[in-house]
Amino acid sequence: MSYRLLSVVRRQRTGRGWQNWSSGRSGASAAEAHSVTLPAQAQVVICGGGIMGTSVAYHLSKMGWKDVVLLEQGRLAAGSTRFCAGILSTARHLTIEQKMADYSNKLYHQLEQETGIQTGYIRTGSVFLAQTQDRLISLKRINSRLNVIGIPSEIISPKKVAELHPLLNVHDLVGAMHVPEDAVVSSADVALALASAASQNGVQIYDRTSILHVMVKKGQVTGVETDKGQIECQYFVNCAGQWAYELGLSNEEPVSIPLHACEHFYLLTRPLETPLRSNTPTIVDADGRIYIRNWQGGILSGGFEKNPKPIFTEGKNQLEIQNLQEDWDHFEPLLSSLLRRMPDLETLEILKLVNCPETFTPDMRCIMGESPSVQGYFVLAGMNSAGLSFGGGAGRYLAEWMVHGYPSENIWELDLKRFGALQSSRTFLRHRVMEVMPLLYDLKVPRWDFQTGRQLRTSPLYDRLDAQGARWMEKHGFERPKYFVPPDKDLLALEQSKTFYKPDWFDIVESEVKCCKEAVCVIDMSSFTKFEITSAGDQALEVLQYLFSNDLDVPVGHIVHTGMLNQAGGYENDCSIARLGKRSFFMISPTDQQVHCWAWLKKHMPEDSNLLLEDVTWKYTALNLIGPRAVDVLSELSYAPMTPDHFPSLFCKEMSVGYANGIRVMSMTHTGEPGFMLYIPIEYALHVYNEVMSVGQKYGIRNAGYYALRSLRIEKFFAFWGQDLNTLTTPLECGRESRVKLEKGMDFIGRDALLQQKQNGVYKRLTMFILDDHDTDLDLWPWWGEPIYRNGQYAGKTTSSAYSYTLERHVCLGFVHNFSEDTGEEQVVTADFINRGEYEIDIAGHRFQAKAKLYPVTSLFTHKRRKDDVELSDLHGK
Amino acid sequence: MEWPVPGRTSTRFWVPAASGGVPDSPAGRMCVCPGPRRIGIPIRSSSLPLFSDAMPAPTQLFFPLIRNCELSRIYGTACYCHHRHLCCSSPYLAQSRLRYAPHPAYATFCRPKESWWQYTQGRRYASTPQKFYLTPPQVNSILKANEYSFKVPEFDGKNVSSVLGFDSNQLPANAPIEDRRSAATCLQTRGMLLGVFDGHAGCACSQAVSERLFYYIAVSLLPHETLLEIENAVESGRALLPILQWHKHPNDYFSKEASKLYFNSLRTYWQELIDLNTGESTDIDVKEALINAFKRLDNDISLEAQVGDPNSFLNYLVLRVAFSGATACVAHVDGVDLHVANTGDSRAMLGVQEEDGSWSAVTLSNDHNAQNERELERLKLEHPKNEAKSVVKQDRLLGLLMPFRAFGDVKFKWSIDLQKRVIESGPDQLNDNEYTKFIPPNYYTPPYLTAEPEVTYHRLRPQDKFLVLATDGLWETMHRQDVVRIVGEYLTGMHHQQPIAVGGYKVTLGQMHGLLTERRAKMSSVFEDQNAATHLIRHAVGNNEFGTVDHERLSKMLSLPEELARMYRDDITIIVVQFNSHVVGAYQNQE
Repeated sequence: MSYRLLSVVRRQRTGRGWQNWSSGRSGASAAEAHSVTLPAQAQVVICGGGIMGTSVAYHLSKMGWKDVVLLEQGRLAAGSTRFCAGILSTARHLTIEQKMADYSNKLYHQLEQETGIQTGYIRTGSVFLAQTQDRLISLKRINSRLNVIGIPSEIISPKKVAELHPLLNVHDLVGAMHVPEDAVVSSADVALALASAASQNGVQIYDRTSILHVMVKKGQVTGVETDKGQIECQYFVNCAGQWAYELGLSNEEPVSIPLHACEHFYLLTRPLETPLRSNTPTIVDADGRIYIRNWQGGILSGGFEKNPKPIFTEGKNQLEIQNLQEDWDHFEPLLSSLLRRMPDLETLEILKLVNCPETFTPDMRCIMGESPSVQGYFVLAGMNSAGLSFGGGAGRYLAEWMVHGYPSENIWELDLKRFGALQSSRTFLRHRVMEVMPLLYDLKVPRWDFQTGRQLRTSPLYDRLDAQGARWMEKHGFERPKYFVPPDKDLLALEQSKTFYKPDWFDIVESEVKCCKEAVCVIDMSSFTKFEITSAGDQALEVLQYLFSNDLDVPVGHIVHTGMLNQAGGYENDCSIARLGKRSFFMISPTDQQVHCWAWLKKHMPEDSNLLLEDVTWKYTALNLIGPRAVDVLSELSYAPMTPDHFPSLFCKEMSVGYANGIRVMSMTHTGEPGFMLYIPIEYALHVYNEVMSVGQKYGIRNAGYYALRSLRIEKFFAFWGQDLNTLTTPLECGRESRVKLEKGMDFIGRDALLQQKQNGVYKRLTMFILDDHDTDLDLWPWWGEPIYRNGQYAGKTTSSAYSYTLERHVCLGFVHNFSEDTGEEQVVTADFINRGEYEIDIAGHRFQAKAKLYPVTSLFTHKRRKDDVELSDLHGK
Repeated sequence: MEWPVPGRTSTRFWVPAASGGVPDSPAGRMCVCPGPRRIGIPIRSSSLPLFSDAMPAPTQLFFPLIRNCELSRIYGTACYCHHRHLCCSSPYLAQSRLRYAPHPAYATFCRPKESWWQYTQGRRYASTPQKFYLTPPQVNSILKANEYSFKVPEFDGKNVSSVLGFDSNQLPANAPIEDRRSAATCLQTRGMLLGVFDGHAGCACSQAVSERLFYYIAVSLLPHETLLEIENAVESGRALLPILQWHKHPNDYFSKEASKLYFNSLRTYWQELIDLNTGESTDIDVKEALINAFKRLDNDISLEAQVGDPNSFLNYLVLRVAFSGATACVAHVDGVDLHVANTGDSRAMLGVQEEDGSWSAVTLSNDHNAQNERELERLKLEHPKNEAKSVVKQDRLLGLLMPFRAFGDVKFKWSIDLQKRVIESGPDQLNDNEYTKFIPPNYYTPPYLTAEPEVTYHRLRPQDKFLVLATDGLWETMHRQDVVRIVGEYLTGMHHQQPIAVGGYKVTLGQMHGLLTERRAKMSSVFEDQNAATHLIRHAVGNNEFGTVDHERLSKMLSLPEELARMYRDDITIIVVQFNSHVVGAYQNQE
């Protein structure tokens, strides 16, 4: 009923201004639409006429790519875009998301002026309510981050909330965050306006045209096959929303786009007797799982329930589309929540309950970027109910990516390549999105893990470790131990606590760290991505020398830490490469690099070479033996001397461990602690593990997890790719000049940029901060993304943090910029600049003093236990 | 003082009042001593005055009594183990123990502590009697202790089985429970087998039947070549083809000791089937196979008891199996073909959803008891005319047994000579047992009892949504129409029945909210259970006169001491099989 009503209203309001579409107006008759002939070729074909597709078309045409065709299977701005609740909110958890939303906001604001199409844009602001202290902390963290990127927001009291919205019940609130520049807008009209502007710039738009599949030749997009004929093209952009997954799989060479739809409900009411002012702010009551906005004098309210209803698991299904009905029983908890928040609405009359499926992704972040397997195949989909907020910014970044080859911001967190085929199972997606949708409004505390879709990839030692009390986290589908709960600990109590403060595993990890420092620990690190590169001739070395910044022409058996840089000198990957032989190399990269790194190598390797690149991740189990006694354990197991004289640091040797032969032993631990990484062919994994544990018994060996590793590596200032390093950071910006050999005798990717940077100086610098006046027990813990203040001025954000048990302080890593006080322009950062500053870290609005360090604390390397520290309990076996 | 009517239920056996029996009281009035549960005449009263909300002062005295018994249970932990032990080793002793009024026994238990007891009793009495109630989580943990669900795995989202899955559960009244259940998928043929077994005079027979019957059925269904293959594998010591995939609750155990014996009997059976085969491979008739399997198993039970076993434990076991009894109600589902084989008074009920969404019940089995005219007729025909009056007395077979067909129960099958011979040569426990020695009155022309099932065939239609198999413990307390309605509403969920649509009506948020809260309250009891069988038990035990679950009543019923429980209800065992209407519909369309 209101479906028609909505469309009529929109049609009337948007009836002018877009006559110049190729297909004529969307009101054109079906027969007319059929007679239209598509162009034979175009540079870019975009699939999807929702807000994403039109935004990409708009930005491409703005950047000068005019040979663009946009195809829409139904009508423009139908689908999720039509039914979107129209709330634009910039309060996001990730900085990149905040920036996309901020850009969208600015874009939509001026869109009406630019195109003459009414978009219904009203700057209402939004208010995020906190019913609990934890929620307020979460809001304060967001607030700190919004402020430093120039989006005004403030934490306000419940009383102030009541002033902002007359209908709200504020008695159960502890506070709120007010973002005054947030807006509401009609998303369908925005999409139409973007389409109209794009079409004025030369983009051709055809509706009622379905894409059957994308044609691919030699891993490169060559065109699309539609129900109205073929179009040749170089680039294809999949903005098909909830159908993106299916469309991706319809190719001969499938493109895996992991997303899944869930039904989403919101309520529309008839106007209130005394309508709210049009600029009444949007309310987000995350603890009540609802959002509420002003809508045509009445209320629009929806939410993200705890028990979502996934839909279209088996693909587009006409039956399911027809059955998308109002499910009042399902909506009941949200309705209760609404009436609790606004009791006066009791007498308000219902207009309709709208059911509009929304698309969700396995990690709650949208998907954009180029396919790892098909060049020229771009994707922008999976908006997790924030399509309107992200539409403008995401479209812009994707257009930049296509036009320049890379976006202007680091978008790794949203990159399609963070996923692989392993996230593509329908069952996995169905289960995962049922967890993701409620998570949108759940409290996000540090170190939460997904509960669904787990135990997909495991090491052969999984059961052994699990039986010994391992608690697990997941990365790229791989289970990794966080820490090991000792048998005497209360397991139930441990799993339940969610906190922004000191976590309950603190003591457990402390004992693991201590064991790493004093004895020896084993960490199963099998999840790391492992590639082997070999060639008949010298091509392997040549190619690697070109791809990596460090000098890889080292004697056989040496390990080199090196970055895989892009043209701008930024890290595409940070890895360790062992030279196994003259012509073969073993490459270890972060877990989530499996798809990205593979694609990068494939893209840059000469096509016809006899170079062999193999993903051997699954072939090896990796055990990290950390600690001073690792030497003893290994020499006892191998009858080979393992002392630094015989086995220097950063050295790799194939040797026997126990009965097993062919174990790759490397003298590095990824933490700066002494010890070894063992790369074990999986069939030997259990044997080697058992041997190590039984021999290690007398050296006090125990299992440890990634939390201990994290604490160790951060206190030693070891930056990790994906957390601290990204495509926009160069080795020079994080003190890794030594890993760049500008004069290694040949060119490598990024060399020019680095030379330039070396000459000009860097504009940001990775710095280690040691929190001074921070009480570990009582104060909020740092996580990541906390603003850094230098002499009271915003200077950057932290990238990761951990508690250092050795320093007994919190350590944060983060980038320091030098923003000009007058212009805000970035200036050169020198060591002197870093050292001369007084620093503070802002954790949820509270600033803590911090000492800045450019190099790790040296005392850590020579830590020796004092004699009088020894206790009787140290004699106990672990 | 009035003892409230422990209505509704009655034991299968009415063992004549031997020593210590309490004289029959007029229906509706009993002495305080709960007395033997043999209280023969089934009293089908619809309400239990005991649990009326407004409790008259005198009956409040009942609470101390329950506590008393409860206490005795605590005291009797040792006794309980002992009791269990007895039950496993001799159900008859347990049985006979129940023939005596338990109360004096408790009194003896309690006597040494009497002064303390009175003291605390007084104190507790002054406090709220509600203290005794179970909390909802406690109730749930009792109800859910034995629940089991099985979903037929879906492959690629295409489930080709006409069975979606099943839920099963049981609630004991006897201690230990005498009901058994089984479910398995046939691996060498298609189809799924599900069955409930109601034991009497102990659990030995129902246990044996629950372990063995499906193998007999599966073997009966196997084609000649498969039988040969299996036999050859046994002969040459190769790995056997698996025949059944069991779907068992952890509490559903199989006896390890007897499995060799059972296997040998089964092997003999298939060897005979192989020999009987004349070479012309004909389609196996499921109905015939079911009948053969039932009869053969009963025959084997009887034979094993006659032959005995050198192992004294096994020897005693086979005798206990043979002397106790069990009814069986088994469903075989293969595509749209549903066969129900029933022996005794358990029941199979089909839940059919009519076009208007309402539910109706189709009975797929006939009870074999005195309420069934045809059974009465059959019994009279099978025995000489002069026995016409004695063969069924007081609605019981020979005045003793309620079901007219059953496994085991050789007392109703063997000649007197045979019974005496076996008992005399049997172990002492058997010899000392009064019940086994007792020969039914008017026992002239055995056998009086058969295990031959009545097989009904039903071709599944898309509107056939589920099948309920349950022992008489359920059917005594609930009408079949209610059973089907409750399961139907549970399985489809309320909103499928009547989704709310605002349509063109004027509805305010407040009105809608009220409506939804009401609907949710109705559904909350549905949501509490993840298992249709549990849900049904909740209703069977906790339903008040309005047909809704009354927690207080449920709590009281479940907190009855085990000695009393049997008077208020029988063991309840339920399997709810859900059918896949799409698959059933597809079958239909194929033809």
